[in-house]
Amino acid sequence: MKMTSIRTALGGAVLAMTLGGGAFATECIAPADAGGGWDFTCRQIGKLLYDLKLVDQPVQVTNMAGAGGGVAYTHVVTERNEDADLIVAASSATTTRLAQNAYAGMTADQVRFVGAIGGDPGVIVVAKDSPFQTLGDLVEAIKADPASVTFAGGSAAGGFDHLKPLMVLKAAGFTDFAKVKYIGLDGGAEAITQTIGGFTQAMTGDMSEISGFIKSGDVRALAVLTAEPVPGFEQIPTAKSQGFDVEVVNWRGLYVPKGISDDAFNAWAEKLQTVADSAEWKQIMADNGLAPFTKVGADFQGWIDGVVADTAQLSKDIGVIQ
Amino acid sequence: METLSNLAMGFGVALTPFTLFLAFCGCFLGTIIGALPGLGPSNGVAILIPLAFALGLDATQALVLLTSVYYGTMYGGRISSILLNIPGDEPAMMTTLDGFPMAKQGRAGDALVISGVASFVGSFLSTVGLVVVAPILASIAYLFGPAEYFALYLLAFATLGGMTSSNQAKSAFAACLGLGLAMVGLDNAGLPRFTGGNLHLMDGIDFLVAIVGLFAIAEIFIFIESHGKNSAIGVTIGKLTIPWADLKASSGTMLRGTGLGFIAGVLPGAGASLGSFMAYMAEKSWVGSKGRFGKGDPRGVAAPEAGNNAAAGGAMVPMLTLGVPGSGTTAVMLALLMTLNITPGPLLFKEQPEIVWGLIASLFIANIVLLIMNVPLVKIFVKVLMVPPWVLMPMVTMVSFVGIFSLSGSYFDMLLMIAFGALGYILRKLDVPTVPVILGILLGNAMEDSLRRAMVISDGDWTYLFSTPIAVGLWLFAAGGFLAPMFLRKIVKRPPIPSGDLPLDAD
Repeated sequence: MKMTSIRTALGGAVLAMTLGGGAFATECIAPADAGGGWDFTCRQIGKLLYDLKLVDQPVQVTNMAGAGGGVAYTHVVTERNEDADLIVAASSATTTRLAQNAYAGMTADQVRFVGAIGGDPGVIVVAKDSPFQTLGDLVEAIKADPASVTFAGGSAAGGFDHLKPLMVLKAAGFTDFAKVKYIGLDGGAEAITQTIGGFTQAMTGDMSEISGFIKSGDVRALAVLTAEPVPGFEQIPTAKSQGFDVEVVNWRGLYVPKGISDDAFNAWAEKLQTVADSAEWKQIMADNGLAPFTKVGADFQGWIDGVVADTAQLSKDIGVIQ
Repeated sequence: METLSNLAMGFGVALTPFTLFLAFCGCFLGTIIGALPGLGPSNGVAILIPLAFALGLDATQALVLLTSVYYGTMYGGRISSILLNIPGDEPAMMTTLDGFPMAKQGRAGDALVISGVASFVGSFLSTVGLVVVAPILASIAYLFGPAEYFALYLLAFATLGGMTSSNQAKSAFAACLGLGLAMVGLDNAGLPRFTGGNLHLMDGIDFLVAIVGLFAIAEIFIFIESHGKNSAIGVTIGKLTIPWADLKASSGTMLRGTGLGFIAGVLPGAGASLGSFMAYMAEKSWVGSKGRFGKGDPRGVAAPEAGNNAAAGGAMVPMLTLGVPGSGTTAVMLALLMTLNITPGPLLFKEQPEIVWGLIASLFIANIVLLIMNVPLVKIFVKVLMVPPWVLMPMVTMVSFVGIFSLSGSYFDMLLMIAFGALGYILRKLDVPTVPVILGILLGNAMEDSLRRAMVISDGDWTYLFSTPIAVGLWLFAAGGFLAPMFLRKIVKRPPIPSGDLPLDAD
C-alpha cells in the first residue's frame, strides 16, 4: 500500500526532475515493507548520503517486499544489473537466505556487497528466575540433555536467530545440532514473552529488540555475541570472555548490482565509508542500539563469502537444506 | 489516583485545537477507508504513515492521527457489511451474517445505529480497560504458550459448525478449504508448499486478496447473473430512527461482546477478527434457539461490532506494554513507533508517560467523535455506498482492483482475486458459507505454527497439548462447542429451515 503510493509519488517527482535535465537520483531498494530493518537502513543511509553531499539529489527509497527479500534480489539481478545509481539494503538475513538457497536459485555472487556499517549484536537471554547463571551453565545443560532446553527466537526455524545458539554450541564442541530445540515466533518480543512465561528456557535475538526487557529486569542476558562489550550494556559479558569464540552480529549494509564498473563500485564503497565515519551515523547507531561494525569494500565480499559458506554448512547440519 | 492524574496529563497533551483537528480528520478518513471493501485497518494506517511524516507531525500528533484512523476503520467496516454484504474489512466479516438480512428486511438504518452504538460501547469500555488493567493484563500473554494458542484456534474452528443454520458439514468443508489454502507458501521452516515454483506464492495467499475476491468479486458476479435482483447491491435505506427497544434488548450482548473481544485483542496473534467471531458465536449459543441469528437478529450485529472494536482497544495492551503487536494493524503502528524512536515495551509507561497517556486520551476523543459521525451522521457515509448500482458496481470493481494492486503492485494478486471471485460464486451457488474459508486462511498458519512449536518443545509428545489448566479448559469449550449443536438439534425440535432466498443470507 504505502510503498506503491510512495513509489508512484516519488517516481513522478523523479521523472519530472530527470526531464528537467538533472542527473538520475539514487534509488535505494528496501526489500521489505516500511518500518523494518531494511527500510531503516535505506532511509538513514539515504538521508546521510544527501546530507553529507555525497549524492546531489535526495535518495529515493523504494519498498519492494516479498519472499524475505527474494523479490528485490531477483529484480536487481534480472532487470537492474547495470544500474550504477542503485543501492539495496542488506543484512544477515540476506546472506542467511542466500546460503539456504531461499532466493529461488539465486546465489550470493550475482550482486556485489559494498559493506556493512553497523550491527545489531546477538544476545542470549533467560527469564530472571532461570537456574542458568552463565552461558557455560546453559551450554553444559544442553550437552547433558539437549531436550531439556528449548530456544525461542524471532526468526523462523533455520533463520538467523536459530543459528546464533548453534554457533555458540559449535564453539563449545557440541555439534549434534539437529537435537537442539528451537521455536520461531513473529518477532523478538513475542519470543521473549514465551521465555518469561516459562514455555521456553532461553531466547536468542538482536540487542535492539531485547534491550527494554533487559533494562526492566524481566530477563537476564547471559551473553552478547560481540568481540567487545556493547556500549550501554557493559555489565553483560561477551561470549568470548566466557570462553566461547563466536561473534554473531546482525550487520546492516548494502549491495549493488553485479554489472556496474569497478570505478562505480569503489565510489559507493568510499561514500559508505564516509557515512560510517560521520558523527551523524554514530549518533543514529547509539539511538537505535546498533554497535560499531564496519567492513567496507573488497574485504567485505570475502567476509560475506565466508559467512555464506559457514551458514550453508550449518544449515545442512540442522537439515534446513539438503 | 495516579491513573487519573496521568489521564489528565494525557488530555492536556491531546486537547489542543490542532490535535483535535487531526483526530477529526483521522476519524473521517478511517470510517471511509473502513467502509470501502478491500481497504482495511492495516492498509488504512499504512497509507497514512508517509502522510504523517510529510506533515512533519511530532510523535503524539502522529499517534493521534493514526489511532483515529484505526478506530475509524473499525467503525466503518460495518457499513458495507450491512449495506452490501461485503465486509469493509476482515473484522467486520461477522457483521454481514445478520446485518445484511436486516438490511434486506428494510431495517438497514436500525442495523447501522445498533452496530454504531455497539462499536462505541466496545471501544470505549476497552479503552477504559486499557487504562485500568494494562499492566496486569500484559501478564496474560505470559500464560499463553503454544499449547494454549493451539487450543484457542481450535476452539474458533470447533464452534464454526453452529454458524450457519442450514448445514454443519458445509461450514466444516469451508473451514477445511480455508485451512488448506493457508498452507500455500513457505512453511515455518522455510520450505515452499503448493507454490508451483511461483515466487508470488512464496509469501502465501494474502487474506485481503481472498476476502475481496470471495466477497466483492463474487458479489459482482451474482449481480451480473441476476441483473441485480438477488444481489446485495442496491439495498435502500429509509429514515434513520433510533431503535430504543432493540438497543435495550442488546445491551447485555454488547457488554458480553466487549469482554470477549477485549480478551481476544490482548492475546497476541488472536486479533479483532477472532474477537468478533468469538463474540458472535458466544452470543448465539447464549441466546440459544430463541434467537433469529443469521436471519437478521439485531443482537447478531451488536455482538461482533462490540467484539471487534473492543479487540482493537485490547490489541493496544500488548503493543504498548510488551512491544508485541496484538493484531496486524498494531504491527503497522509498532513500526511507526519505532520510526519515531519510541520503543514500546515494559519501560514505555515509565520512560515516556506523555506519549502513552496522550495516546490513551486521544483514543477517548476519537471514540466520541466516531460515535457522532457514525450514528447521527452515518448517512454521509451511507451516501457513498448508496449511489445507484450502475455507478456503485463499477466503483466496487475499481476499488477492489486498485486496493489489491496497491498491496503488492503485482498483477498476479489481481488474477488470484478473480479466481477467488469465481470460487466465491461457486460456493454461494452450492450454499457453502464463505466466512469459514476466510477464517481458515486468516488463522491457519498461526494454528499450524502453534502446533509445531508445541511439538518441538515436547519432543513430539501430544499430551503436552493438554498439559495446563488453561489448555484443558479451552479444549473442553471446543469439544462442547462442536458437539452441543448436534445434541441440541435432536432435543429441541427445530422448525424446518426455510429455503428460497436463504442461500444469500447464509453467508
